[in-house]
Amino acid sequence: MQSTASSLFRVSTRRTPLLGAALALAALLALQASPARAEDGVAKADTSQKRIGFSNSYAGNSFRQVMVKSWQDVATQARKDRLIGDSPVVSANNSVTEQAAHIQNMILQGYDAIVILAASDTALNGVVKQACDAGIVVVSFAGIVTQPCAYQVNYDWASYGKQEIDYVAQRLKGKGNLLEIRGIAGDSTDRDISAGIHKALKNYPDLKIVGMVYGQWTAAVAQKEVAGLIPSLPQVDAVVDQGGDGYGAARAFEASGRPMPIIVMGNRQDELAWWKQQHTQKQYETFSISATPSISQVAFWVAQQILAGRKVPKYVEVPLLRIDARDRDAWLADTPAGGVANPFYTQGLVVSIIDANAHRKPLPAIPAPK
Amino acid sequence: MLDPAAFVHRPGSVRAEHLSAALPAFALAVMLGIIFWIQPRALSYFGINLLLNLSVPLILAAMAQMLIISLGDIDLSIGSFVGFVTCVVAVFLASAPLLAAAILLAAIGVYAGTAMLIFYRSLPSIVVTLGMSFVWLGLSLLILPSPGGLAPDWLTGLLDAKPPLLPLPVWIAVLAAACGHWAVMRSSYGVVLRGAGANPKAVARSGWSLVRVRVVVYAAAGCLAVLAGIVLSAITTSGDPNVAPAYTLLSIGAVILGGGSFTGGIISPVGVVIGAMTFSLAASLLSFLQLPPVWQTGAQGAILFLVLAGRVLVQGRKP
Repeated sequence: MQSTASSLFRVSTRRTPLLGAALALAALLALQASPARAEDGVAKADTSQKRIGFSNSYAGNSFRQVMVKSWQDVATQARKDRLIGDSPVVSANNSVTEQAAHIQNMILQGYDAIVILAASDTALNGVVKQACDAGIVVVSFAGIVTQPCAYQVNYDWASYGKQEIDYVAQRLKGKGNLLEIRGIAGDSTDRDISAGIHKALKNYPDLKIVGMVYGQWTAAVAQKEVAGLIPSLPQVDAVVDQGGDGYGAARAFEASGRPMPIIVMGNRQDELAWWKQQHTQKQYETFSISATPSISQVAFWVAQQILAGRKVPKYVEVPLLRIDARDRDAWLADTPAGGVANPFYTQGLVVSIIDANAHRKPLPAIPAPK
Repeated sequence: MLDPAAFVHRPGSVRAEHLSAALPAFALAVMLGIIFWIQPRALSYFGINLLLNLSVPLILAAMAQMLIISLGDIDLSIGSFVGFVTCVVAVFLASAPLLAAAILLAAIGVYAGTAMLIFYRSLPSIVVTLGMSFVWLGLSLLILPSPGGLAPDWLTGLLDAKPPLLPLPVWIAVLAAACGHWAVMRSSYGVVLRGAGANPKAVARSGWSLVRVRVVVYAAAGCLAVLAGIVLSAITTSGDPNVAPAYTLLSIGAVILGGGSFTGGIISPVGVVIGAMTFSLAASLLSFLQLPPVWQTGAQGAILFLVLAGRVLVQGRKP
């Protein structure tokens, strides 16, 4: 997951491009004609003729492919339910200029909303501004854009680390040795999760990080790195990580013959399966947490709700998918081998996420599959 | 040794020559036709502006590449160089314009220096410029470790200009084609330039300093690439070291598509401008056709391959 975080929130003062009075007037009339803005709950204005374009920066890895498929699934369902017109996906080849061209084409094609997973958080600001000036709703998610006129749908990565540390501290009664597995050096998501871990650790002075490796979010790399480090470590009571690396860490500890620490899992199918097997054999307990590729569906419903007249905050935080023991088997049955747990976000669920953001309330939990 | 066949007039060869020159233009017209047919709204001042403004930096980069290819060399560093220029513009141009100008002038100087290095050490340009591409990328990352910065408002305003009759990108394309055609095909120095690529020994024997010609051409290419970077940062409003790696191959593609050849001396500035526009529209065309995302990247290649294959068929010679 490439997510770029930038502290450069700035207002660009470009002159409004001349759209032709007709377009501006049309946007103005549309605004006049939209119903009174709903404060809470599902906005019900007719969006069956509205069109949402999805500009995706890259489709070359499995996470992105699942993400695009999630979008197509929800769009197909919404079209059946007469909640949206057409909502195609256009993927660029991780090139900013190509993606900028795609967004400009969507402006020309007269889309009502454009959803963006950006290749760069700043380089698309020019075209995003053009889209906003044309009266188009712009929603960016995961790979966000910093242009202030766009809505942002994203995770709070620091809370990922905090939930791990809070769980581990509660299990170890605030005292123990931790091994941290990080993602890829230099990646902003890796940086933010790790910062969340270290910030949460300040509340528990007796929890100590005794080792750190980079596992690149993959089981094989994590296994190799952890196995290399174990001999030099004291007893490890818990492993805090970033998902995709839990199964590899478990294999490394199994091979070393050491007692199995509490390893936080990351919603991958192999991690959930290993956890289930350990639980049946040895009453092993942990929990699992991760981002979900179907965050694209959240962005879809946010755009649909804005078009339907719902007032939405500019920043919508999406809850991470947390799986506790009672829901583990349901999620495992729902996750394909080699995949990651991927909930289907219904309109109702996304509206409750928007409500929680609007009122600064705790985010709703994502219900387990039936 | 002169090839006697060169003096034999083959009927139809002139027509083939014209046809092959017209082919990229024809392809461009077909693409535009399809886009306007799918989306009539695009056929307006505002629409054409949106459709073509991203082709402006590519046109400038392709013109730079054309100059290098006309010498029989090739520049693999242009993509990362354009990225470097966007970083300089986004970081320094607003706060310290003189420093920004000094850095960009020095960068053009480095281009000229590269020409000397290639000439005096008889190094293959492909290796030297590949090395330079990493140098520029490294420098960009030093200036701007992650994408950001802000292009000055006067610059973005300049690119938002609304000239009469035709949108700005069309004016720039026409101007670039006209200037390029005059400088390379009409002026006396253009003849020397093409000679330096096609037959350097003859040019040297008639008293021209080959190294001076090459340094001037490389510096001119550097200027055009700097312009490309400035325009690109105005459009994206920011800098990004990795904004344009694709420009390297797209610019080479535009030169070849426009009738140029790797052998040196054979180029067509008007063709290059059309070629660059064809490349930047290929992606747009596919998104208008709403192809499924998995097909898009491959289909882009297929379009270009078709145009190129058509040219070879018409021309009957290898590009």
